[in-house]
Amino acid sequence: MREELLRIIEKNSRIDLKELAVILGVEEIDVVNEMAEMESEGIICGYHTLIDWEKTSIEKVSALIEVRVTPQRGQGFDRIAERIYKYPEVNAVYLISGGFDLLITLEGKSLKEVSAFVSDKLAPLESVLSTATHFILKKYKDHGTVLTKQYEDQREKVSP
Amino acid sequence: MKNPLSKRIVEIKPSGIRKFFDVVSEMPDAISLGVGEPDFDTPWHIRDEGIYSLEKGRTFYTSNSGLKELKIEICNYLRRRFELDYDYQKEVIVTVGGSEAIDIALRAMIDPGDEVIIPQPSYVSYEPCAILANATPVIINLQAENEFRLTAQELEDAITEKTKVLILPFPNNPTGAIMERADLEAIAQVILRHDIFVISDEIYAELSYKGKHVSIAQIPGMRERTVLINGFSKSYAMTGWRLGYACAPAAITEQMLKIHQFAIMCAPTTSQYAAVEALKNGDDDVARMREQYNQRRRYLVHAFAEMGLPCFEPYGAFYIFPCIKEFGMSSDEFATRFLEEEKVAVVPGTAFGACGEGFLRISYAYSLENLKVAIGRLARFVERLKKS
Repeated sequence: MREELLRIIEKNSRIDLKELAVILGVEEIDVVNEMAEMESEGIICGYHTLIDWEKTSIEKVSALIEVRVTPQRGQGFDRIAERIYKYPEVNAVYLISGGFDLLITLEGKSLKEVSAFVSDKLAPLESVLSTATHFILKKYKDHGTVLTKQYEDQREKVSP
Repeated sequence: MKNPLSKRIVEIKPSGIRKFFDVVSEMPDAISLGVGEPDFDTPWHIRDEGIYSLEKGRTFYTSNSGLKELKIEICNYLRRRFELDYDYQKEVIVTVGGSEAIDIALRAMIDPGDEVIIPQPSYVSYEPCAILANATPVIINLQAENEFRLTAQELEDAITEKTKVLILPFPNNPTGAIMERADLEAIAQVILRHDIFVISDEIYAELSYKGKHVSIAQIPGMRERTVLINGFSKSYAMTGWRLGYACAPAAITEQMLKIHQFAIMCAPTTSQYAAVEALKNGDDDVARMREQYNQRRRYLVHAFAEMGLPCFEPYGAFYIFPCIKEFGMSSDEFATRFLEEEKVAVVPGTAFGACGEGFLRISYAYSLENLKVAIGRLARFVERLKKS
């Protein structure tokens, strides 16, 4: 049940627990217990909402920043990653393969704010060798959800 | 002027679904639970392979029986999923959907006057195809108390000297009924005893929710007298690609191939290339879609129980077949009123045979969100009927 349950709530964390039990073919109490267990095991780390900020009047700028760093003796990349993820404006930090070491996603109110973060906070860090900032111009799809188009049922309404 | 038309074709009734379709088409705001095809798009990697084949200029006929690569993959698939062995060179024909396979199988096997046994409720084309093949259709009215499975006794009672073929439509559209191994073993004995043949339409094989589907061809002694029909429409959400296949002993496929080559030539080339990808790398997609259907199925079974609408638990396809006899209306009246009053389209059971009277076919090839809205309206409608 675990895998299916995760698949469902990954897409719809607001689903009613009774309904969840029905579609999984189990008792509601089992769903409640399983979810509590996965929360305490840190498998379920949070319940978020996917928002298309573009459609609001709130200004937001997102950026992807590639960072090259010097790993530290005995600590690898963990220490510098931690140093970076502690900034609240940093959304995600990934260790990646390829030409760069860390990929950071960042949100700010404006281009200026994001640039300021990079030049004032990120780039001066001792182990940071270089950065490359990519501003996101448009989000077509996020978290598996297409943001630019509404689903339209193109089937004939009745068929054998 | 002489009458330009054939008497036989004029006598065939148009599909009962067609009539309903025309009404629904006039109501743009109606929501529908009436479709017989998946709501999923064809998985992207399969579409991509179709596009790639066009880019490569693979726009020619394939061999009549289909692309070699596809026939090999079909055989691999049947071995992997159902422990069935077919020779891709002689025992497989790639067809334009399962529908064509039904037609050419009947035409290849029937002489005028032969009887074809058709259990109903079932897919709309068996009976007309049998008539067009010069057969006499013999209908078995499947029973709700047997969960619409075919019993050995029912089959025994329908068989005469003239019986040639049994059409076996499981997992079933419209009832959602399945036949488990024990059910198949029971009817296999009757089939063997009377020396008849089977056309087994297993287009919904992958949409089975009570263990893995069992094919009648897996039952000892049955492979040599069975035409197995399957396809890509339901399992891979590829209805519009029009691609199916038939597997049977070479003596039968050889004759089927003649009809296929003269009437059709070959199945669409683009679809065949896409289907190779489906069979090679599509198992996970099938599992994912099956799980989604299964969740909706559980939701509906639960919703009908809460509504107090009698309904056996369907274990196949993506239909549920509730009984509405308690309201004293025909299926047609119920569906028409439901459409008019609540703007939801369902298909009357009678579209699938006279014994579908008193039942509705409700499709769950819709997202849970859509189903919830529609089922909410059904509950309201049923409530109103119960009060009046």
